[in-house]
Amino acid sequence: MLTILFDGVAYGMILFVLACGLSVTMGLMNFINLAHGAFAMFGGYVTVLAMQRLGLPFLMALPAAFFAAALAGLVLERLVYRPMYAKSHLDQVMFSIGLVFMAIAGADYLMGSSQQFVQLPAWLSGRFDLAGIGVGRYRLFIILLCGALAFAMQWGFTRTRFGSRLRAAVDDARVARGLGIPVNRLFALTFAFGSGLAGLGGALGIELMGLDPTFPLKFMIYFLIVVTVGGTSTISGPFFAAMLLGVADVAGKYLVPQLGAFIIYALMVILLITRPHGLFARGRA
Amino acid sequence: MTIRRTVLKGMLGLALAASVSGAALAQDAVKIGLILPMTGPFASTGRQIAAAANLYIQEKGASVAGKKVELIVKDDTGTADVTRRIAQELIVNDKVTAIAGFGLTPLALATAPLATQAKTPMVVMAAATGIITERSPFIVRTSQVVPQIGSPFGTWIAKQGTKRVITIVSDYGPGHDVESSFSEAFKAGGGQVENIRVPLQNPDFSPFLQRVADAKPEALLVFVPSGVGAQFMKQFVERGLDKSGIKLIGTGDLTDDDILNGMGDIALGVVTAQHYSASHDSPENKAFVEGFKKANPGLRPNFMAVGGYDGMHALYEGLKKTKGEGGEALVTAMKGMSWVSPRGPISIDPETRDIIQNVYIRKVERVNGELYNQEFETIPNVKDPTKAKK
Amino acid sequence: MSTDSIEARVQRSLYGARRWHPAEIAFWVLALAAFFLLPRQLLILNEIAILGLFALSLDLILGYAGIVSLGHAAFFGFGAYAAGLFAKHASADPVTGLAVGMSAAGLLGLLTSPLILRGSDLTRLMVTLGVALILGELANSLGGITGGADGLQGIMMGPVLGLFEFDIFGKVAYLYSLAVLFVLFVLARRIVGSPFGLSLRAIRDNPLRASASGVPLHWRLVAVYTLAAAYAGAAGALLAQTTQFVSLDVLAFHRSADLMLVLIVGGAGYLYGGLIGAVAFKLLQDVIASFTPQYWMFWIGLFLVLFVLGGRELIHGGIKAVVGRVARLGRRAST
Repeated sequence: MLTILFDGVAYGMILFVLACGLSVTMGLMNFINLAHGAFAMFGGYVTVLAMQRLGLPFLMALPAAFFAAALAGLVLERLVYRPMYAKSHLDQVMFSIGLVFMAIAGADYLMGSSQQFVQLPAWLSGRFDLAGIGVGRYRLFIILLCGALAFAMQWGFTRTRFGSRLRAAVDDARVARGLGIPVNRLFALTFAFGSGLAGLGGALGIELMGLDPTFPLKFMIYFLIVVTVGGTSTISGPFFAAMLLGVADVAGKYLVPQLGAFIIYALMVILLITRPHGLFARGRA
Repeated sequence: MTIRRTVLKGMLGLALAASVSGAALAQDAVKIGLILPMTGPFASTGRQIAAAANLYIQEKGASVAGKKVELIVKDDTGTADVTRRIAQELIVNDKVTAIAGFGLTPLALATAPLATQAKTPMVVMAAATGIITERSPFIVRTSQVVPQIGSPFGTWIAKQGTKRVITIVSDYGPGHDVESSFSEAFKAGGGQVENIRVPLQNPDFSPFLQRVADAKPEALLVFVPSGVGAQFMKQFVERGLDKSGIKLIGTGDLTDDDILNGMGDIALGVVTAQHYSASHDSPENKAFVEGFKKANPGLRPNFMAVGGYDGMHALYEGLKKTKGEGGEALVTAMKGMSWVSPRGPISIDPETRDIIQNVYIRKVERVNGELYNQEFETIPNVKDPTKAKK
Repeated sequence: MSTDSIEARVQRSLYGARRWHPAEIAFWVLALAAFFLLPRQLLILNEIAILGLFALSLDLILGYAGIVSLGHAAFFGFGAYAAGLFAKHASADPVTGLAVGMSAAGLLGLLTSPLILRGSDLTRLMVTLGVALILGELANSLGGITGGADGLQGIMMGPVLGLFEFDIFGKVAYLYSLAVLFVLFVLARRIVGSPFGLSLRAIRDNPLRASASGVPLHWRLVAVYTLAAAYAGAAGALLAQTTQFVSLDVLAFHRSADLMLVLIVGGAGYLYGGLIGAVAFKLLQDVIASFTPQYWMFWIGLFLVLFVLGGRELIHGGIKAVVGRVARLGRRAST
């Protein structure tokens, strides 16, 4: 039973890394970026290419995925995203769906439509028993890495100057701008960072979620659930939402496989109705 | 003003294009409509079949019985009502002689009544649920029938002395077919079986695998859509189930030739039953694989491709017999046809219009640095067991 | 300015909006003319009519009441299954089936409407999406009733009104769908032009002020949501009847997402947006897909991106220009 919990946590961790960039962009610029998954897919393909063509080891490929996706995020933000901020939500949804379509067809054209794989190094595969719990090495690795990331982000968000500026900008961009905070630059950086994280998540997720051109659409719903349930104004909100989702999904399928995907959706609807502004909302409308 | 003019011009162009494509309808051409999922989650099925069908035409020439053969490939995105609409358009507008393709069971089922209504032969090149051919007397199948693989495999596994098996199948038509046909045959052979169904859209298998680990069967039979199988195997190995003595077995979908080589060593030793392997040892297959790889660099033909290739063969040979005529005559011509396909000797059952073929038991091995399904036992001339019973 | 004259002015403007613009008449004449002019395209025309009705339904809640939804397919699919099952087990009459599909979906809309009364845009998007996904899972697991992933088989439809048998060319199908679309459109046009419709727009523009001026916020939203659900159910029922088949993807997410795109392309809030969007979207998809069956998604994506980035003004400008031209012609003809 604890093994299930462990698996759920690992799954939730990946979801968190994938989705937290989205939650920040959504909170900061009030921008619904459905194309977030495309960055994750990009990171995944970079990893595959780096490992298969360049022969990089897995651990080297991970930062490559992060930086490639971050760079892509930075460039795209500058070129096409910026004019979008002033538009309506619906326009943003449509625009980013358009990007998703292009990304899917592009990935299909360049990489083919079949599943991609990576070979994990030997020390990451397999599992060992720890006090009766079967612990998958790779899942443990994910938990440690993503846990550290989450911790670092939480610290950066609450304790550093960058973080306090960011929070100020999220709360009220106009006032923040008036106080001399370079909101645009702040946002560009955050966007790039969020995209990079998505890329990293995509790379880490190849083993667990698979990677093919339909990735951005397939998992878009999951990201959105994490973000809406978790709220957009904290790091911890999406984190706990992702954990909850991961554990509920895995445990639900283990205990009542017949209900399968029901649980996750039902949970989402219930949470959203009871806490319409997110799990840990600060009561902001 | 200019905008309006361009809009008008555009509309005019559209109308013109529509009428031209209608006028270009050459009288002495045989048109075959190929409807496949070319985008979406089942795109690889469509790619394989389209590539194989094109290869066939390229090899045998684009004319049959003195008529030009024209292949019209359409994308149905794997959505049933689109498939049906495209089929209808192909029949009504393009006046195709036959429709072919059909990547998934619901797509074929949605189109079946049309084939009957329009008396248009319909060659199913992929969809594998048993009931399909019963839905219209105009359907001929060149792919496989799920119980055709599952049933003899169940018998074979029981014969190896295996007593306890758990099955994990995706919760949709073909999955249920595998589950029931395998379980029935396996139980008849004296085995015990437990069934688990997993949702079709399921990224993480760990909870189900945990159940398997707790139950400790001798073997685990898996059927998931092509492509997802790799993920499944990774998680199987990751949980150490391979070392706990549980043998992983499945239908050939699990070790699909299309992606097998990318799976790596985890796939080694997996035993599956299927009607086609790219490493099938015959001159026909060597030529087929070579031609396919040449036309599609980086792609290895899988069982979908061979279904498309043989479907084209059935149509070509049938059209030769009918001198290019379609309708009932073409279906009659295809009934009972037999030939040596890249997968081995096959024939079309004259009663059920379903395929009769050998089923091979294979094991994944490394050959010349690449992973292949090496066939080591043959169960000859298998008919669809559910229909044979009726 | 006495209160009297304001009331009179409101009434006048209400009646004014009720009068048919010449461009509107032209639109419906064209839709009917398509039946004779494009006999080869009837099937896709039928699909366009159904998609148009579906988009009209979304326009009612999105364009007029400001409720965003990513799960509108729930009602579409529910209507489709209801009509399909009704045809299979009860009666093959299309019009009764249509009514059954509509009321079933409307009932579902009524039951789920409390879910959309609260929360922000994003919450609504996700809640509606969740409802659609849950229904999709339900339809999949209740295989005994719905046919599961194989789809609902064996629907045989009787002739429309006992007179017109569905044919393989899609003649009856298109006329039937078009007629249903027209009737429901006229009804919707009356509704949005009524005081009820005006109060919806007031809610959309400023819910606080609307409720302050005595508009019963919740009941109005529940009413329009139910109505829109019934419309979506009608579209679903039409699809089930004209294709005589229902598969799981009537409830799929992509159907809701496509619908949103259709409506945004056409423009929300003037009823014709959904119809024009449906025409544009389907034609675009069909034309591009016939050139490149594998990569059409890329071009659709590019179109959407460019559209939002600046193409909208061009296209909507074009539509306005055409409408203006028709209006002038109409006026000249009447004088």
